[in-house]
Amino acid sequence: MLFSESFFARKFGITEHDLEGYIGEALSAGGDYADLYFEYMITSSIGIDESIVKSATQGVSAGVGIRVIAGERTGYAYTCDLSPDKIRKAAHTSARIASGPSQVDKVGLEEAVHRNLYPVLTSPADVSLAERVKLLRRADDAARAADPRIFMVQASYGDTLRHVLIATSDGRLSVDVQPMVRLNVSTLARKNGGPPHSGYAGGGGRIGLEFFEEKTPESFAREAVRQAIVQLDAVEAPAGETTVVLGPGWPGILLHEAVGHGLEADFNRKGVSAFAERLGQQVASPLCTVVDDGTIRSRRGSLNVDDEGHETRQNVLIENGVLRGYLQDKLSSRLMGSQPTGNGRRESYQHFPMPRMTNTFMLAGESAPEEIVRTVKKGLYCANFGGGQVDITNGNFVFSASESYLIEDGRITRPVRGATLIGNGPEALKYVSMVGNDLKLDEGIGVCGKEGQSVPVGVGIPTVKIDRMTVGGTAQ
Amino acid sequence: MSAALEGIAERAVAMACGLGATDAECTLAEGSEFSVNVRLGEVESLKDAGSSGAGIRVLLGKRAGSSYTSDLSEEGIRRMVAQAMEIAEIATEDPHAGLPDRGELGRFEGDLKLFFDDVAALATEDKIARAKETEKAAMAYDPRIVNSEGASFNSYTGVRVFANSFGFLGSYASSSCSLSVTPVARDGGSMERDYWYTSARSSTSLEDPEYVGQQAARRALRRLNPRKVGTQKIPVIFESRVARGLLDHLFDAASGSAVYRKATFLADKLGEPIASPRLTVIDDATMPGLFGSSPFDDEGVPSRRTVVLERGVLKSFLHNTYTARRLGMRTTGNGSRGLTGNAGVGHGNFYLEPGERSADEIIRGVSKGLYVTELIGFGVNVVTGDYSRGASGHWIENGELGWPVSEITIASTLQEMLMNIEAVGSDLEFRGSLASPTLLVREMTISGRS
Repeated sequence: MLFSESFFARKFGITEHDLEGYIGEALSAGGDYADLYFEYMITSSIGIDESIVKSATQGVSAGVGIRVIAGERTGYAYTCDLSPDKIRKAAHTSARIASGPSQVDKVGLEEAVHRNLYPVLTSPADVSLAERVKLLRRADDAARAADPRIFMVQASYGDTLRHVLIATSDGRLSVDVQPMVRLNVSTLARKNGGPPHSGYAGGGGRIGLEFFEEKTPESFAREAVRQAIVQLDAVEAPAGETTVVLGPGWPGILLHEAVGHGLEADFNRKGVSAFAERLGQQVASPLCTVVDDGTIRSRRGSLNVDDEGHETRQNVLIENGVLRGYLQDKLSSRLMGSQPTGNGRRESYQHFPMPRMTNTFMLAGESAPEEIVRTVKKGLYCANFGGGQVDITNGNFVFSASESYLIEDGRITRPVRGATLIGNGPEALKYVSMVGNDLKLDEGIGVCGKEGQSVPVGVGIPTVKIDRMTVGGTAQ
Repeated sequence: MSAALEGIAERAVAMACGLGATDAECTLAEGSEFSVNVRLGEVESLKDAGSSGAGIRVLLGKRAGSSYTSDLSEEGIRRMVAQAMEIAEIATEDPHAGLPDRGELGRFEGDLKLFFDDVAALATEDKIARAKETEKAAMAYDPRIVNSEGASFNSYTGVRVFANSFGFLGSYASSSCSLSVTPVARDGGSMERDYWYTSARSSTSLEDPEYVGQQAARRALRRLNPRKVGTQKIPVIFESRVARGLLDHLFDAASGSAVYRKATFLADKLGEPIASPRLTVIDDATMPGLFGSSPFDDEGVPSRRTVVLERGVLKSFLHNTYTARRLGMRTTGNGSRGLTGNAGVGHGNFYLEPGERSADEIIRGVSKGLYVTELIGFGVNVVTGDYSRGASGHWIENGELGWPVSEITIASTLQEMLMNIEAVGSDLEFRGSLASPTLLVREMTISGRS
């Protein structure tokens, strides 16, 4: 899309000349670099609970964030009022981070035209809210019909359309329209009046409603039911060190926590990450190649252009176990004398960008998944996870298994209850002894939090065997 | 500024009723934020900005629709209201939907001391200076403090307005500020960080920069060169800063929205003992100057004090209007939402009443155990009560805090942990809207080395 056809040019009458003027104002006190991030976001969400559509909301939030960099200093201001005087005032506020005469004569913006990684066939905006409610009804009906032990079903649907415009003092002008849909289902199951157990499933991506033709609401409903039912017979999870086999897909959250955050350039530039100064070192078994790829069509973590106007790309983080690169944004790459990698992201116009992940996954290996399980005499097979967290300084990370099973004599046997797994980032992947040929990406539900900012991300992994990991159950 | 916002809120409600809404409620919020981050003695980032937003929820009989906007112009508000009306058309009749009963509306009349004008008046240079002093105190504390993630001073002032079609109109201003620092300690190959912070409604009530810096440095230093202990069952002491997390889980479990769905292990336990008799837990949104206080909840119901747990017996759930109606009970004034949508359930100042013994005395009474100072991860399930989180802290031997411990998990169930609390400290302190003294749990499973 071209700037002249963009939402901001048409709806708000913003011209290139205006943008250059705002950037000039932002640099009026002598900053080295400035950028503008315009955002206009339209959101719809619907919730169904007890088969009643209890909530439905639509809304609009819009604003512009203005950043000025002077050396290592960043000034930031934003306004939700897109009138020229308010934008100029915000530019003036952010300019004050620097102190000196302006060093920029004129900013010449050059428009970059980007590929489209998220073509949409059926935009939610072109379909009535009532039609979107039907998706939830289908999920609700399917979950209730799937098993008599299910006694509670909740489902929610959400879509957003985010228009962005990025203009920078080094001349980049980018516009993007970023769609997102998502549907999730949660269930509670009970057996013979016993205690309830929960199940959860969902998915989505940067795509239109055609997503739900292949990944039907019924399929998410059945998966949420299956997970709750499995838990009815779960036994206590083991406590202590054991062999862990991660199933394909969402368990890739291991990579997000164990290495992804620790490789974000800001932490490494400041020397506060456990991975700082380790480029070129062996930090994982030679079987492991880990990438962060923002260019995968229609994925939740993908972007045509990051929130600083750089095209996303595939970045190799770990190659055959050796640390190869960091995830960069504008500021860190400037200070580290490196190049941006398309990982500068922000939650909204109210936040400044930071290095963030997009879709993080491990490339497939050669082992057949069933062969991997067969080699384990005693261990744990983890099929699904809830959230995770990492302390990037000492490298310790956790992630919580929500569906896992004992492995006994090479066979997956009894389901066990939820338990947290813990490890140390630069060490844990050294114990990877087998990597499956079945790489799978997650269904599109990931949200990553960092310093108070949430952004959508994706993860993926093939079946992986880790010879030693600490499992936080209660059974000794 | 609140008079103008109150006018907008009243007009939005009237507009909705004019378009045929049976009832309507409107929330407006306006705020300014400031933050400065200082690292290694230099300003790293400075943010200074303001924003506002409006949300409306309309009812067409028993059907509800919501919308919001950041555009507070007449046109923006009109579009928002029209959209909410359209949305209500597609909602389903919900027999329990509606505004609070008229008689429930009102506000707490005492002075809650939520707004102090010194916060907005504080000069940028002063805020920067406090952050710099804080970091400097941390860096100077010990040569092993070699790096820093920075110190920051944050402040916020804002106003919140609520109006509904029963004629409720209320607003209140609030202020807050905080000072924090995250130093990094190194000793050989071991690198650890920790943080300390102080926050208050007025800048005059903040802890001293020097104290904040030194406290953070002490915490980072004591984590250096940790060991991983063996898998075993032992007593666990939760330092007050992490004990707050248990209160958070208890709140989730006692929330009316989880109760009516039976999505909590407390669903059928009202009136029963669910915890050690040492535990009395209160939710109180009327405590002056604290972060969980407000004159009315987000549905216009007056704030109050509710005893949730009395000597271990579950006395009350926390409700908004909907969850209370759904269960045939009365709202406890815990309605909570952003700008729009159906209200959820939130807490006021949710805290555990302090006991008699100091944290030191409690530690001295443990011959072998774990003192937890940090928890990470989300391995808590309030449906089943299963609890498993990553932990670090210190080993306790013969009543003394010993070497640091990390890369382990602690696990149990919330049911057992609540029942097995053997001591509650005297060190209750409000650093946010959740607060707990030091707690001793008789036994948990530690996973570590084989």
